[in-house]
Amino acid sequence: MATVAAVIASTHHPFYYRASTSTGGDRPPFADEWVAKIEAFRETLTRARPDVLVMVGSDHFHQLWLDNMPQFLVGKAPFFDANFHNEEREFGLPRMKLAGQEDLAAHLLRQGLDAGFDLAFSNELRIDHSVTCPIITLRPEADLPIVPVYTNIFAPPMPRPERFVQLGRAIRRMVESWPAGQRVAIIGTGHLSLELGGPRQFGEHGPDPEFDRKAVEWIATGDVDSCLAEVTLDSLHTPGNATHGFMDFMLMMGAAGDGVAADYADSLDLFHTMEAYFTWYPEGTPA
Amino acid sequence: MSKYLLDKFLFTVDRDPDLVERYRADPVGTVDWWEREMANRLLGCTPAEDSTWLAFTEAERAALRGHDHVALFGLGAHPFLTLTLFIAMFERDHGPLEYQRAYARALDHRTLPYPDIST
Repeated sequence: MATVAAVIASTHHPFYYRASTSTGGDRPPFADEWVAKIEAFRETLTRARPDVLVMVGSDHFHQLWLDNMPQFLVGKAPFFDANFHNEEREFGLPRMKLAGQEDLAAHLLRQGLDAGFDLAFSNELRIDHSVTCPIITLRPEADLPIVPVYTNIFAPPMPRPERFVQLGRAIRRMVESWPAGQRVAIIGTGHLSLELGGPRQFGEHGPDPEFDRKAVEWIATGDVDSCLAEVTLDSLHTPGNATHGFMDFMLMMGAAGDGVAADYADSLDLFHTMEAYFTWYPEGTPA
Repeated sequence: MSKYLLDKFLFTVDRDPDLVERYRADPVGTVDWWEREMANRLLGCTPAEDSTWLAFTEAERAALRGHDHVALFGLGAHPFLTLTLFIAMFERDHGPLEYQRAYARALDHRTLPYPDIST
């Protein structure tokens, strides 16, 4: 059976690539601290020695559209081209190409359908920065095959937070039941409080530092119960109009396990939104 | 209300560099052409399968013709789509983050709950 080598939850900040590669007067003052934190975070994945990456993210109206919108979708293809024109334009993200792990994708689809998750699938999926940002931060070599899992955190009606947690638990079980002697890291990215296209965007901090403080505590301690007691589809409007991306963190809390504290937790207060990074080692912290 | 069609305009223009420039330079002409020629295009199908019923309300048409992101927010257009397209059109005329912050200030009068973006 496969081994879950690591469970990793992170924000995905599309500005990191440009900030970390810029030089001279173009380099923002926070870039060096940000790079140092990312490199430490990257080491937590490297130490887990993964063979395959399950990548949980959310398409930002790139390929998936309102005429045919899946709630949860698994990418099953030999390759995934990555990043879209408007991500090159706005964030300077590079075009990328990642290999797929079709056998694990097929396993997740079959097992997920049988477990009551009516997962959609795509055999030709171009992935966006919700998946490529963590590749850039955690595995810039981009040398491991992936299985992308997309969630709808963007287009109402969305599944409720509980469903994200349930799917995270199911993904963990399904990976563990994959009959392959491979080491799998389950990586998912979302947001803390975030406002996009509203009056609270691009402030000195994230739009709701108090929500961010609580969210980091819930994730770091694995406190799924407290998180679910407070977070609803309606409540997520309050910290910022794009905060439904926090549900991808909740999915990862489900994958990490109820009550399981993260083995690594870090955050970085930036303008516009707070960064946060978490790693769990189900086998125990690697030497 | 045709929030879906507003979003469809923002989505289809944003992904086409030529259309972004055309909308920036000629908003009235682009909106009129798009509503006439593109609004009913079923993405992923051939033109023979076009829809037959999609049209803007007058308020929606005016908001798009006016590059009026405040009005679009009020009409329930998806804020991510509006922001992304408007950054593509107008960030170039401003210093770093100036446009994004002015965009937010123009919406300062909006309080929770924001307009419903459900389609």
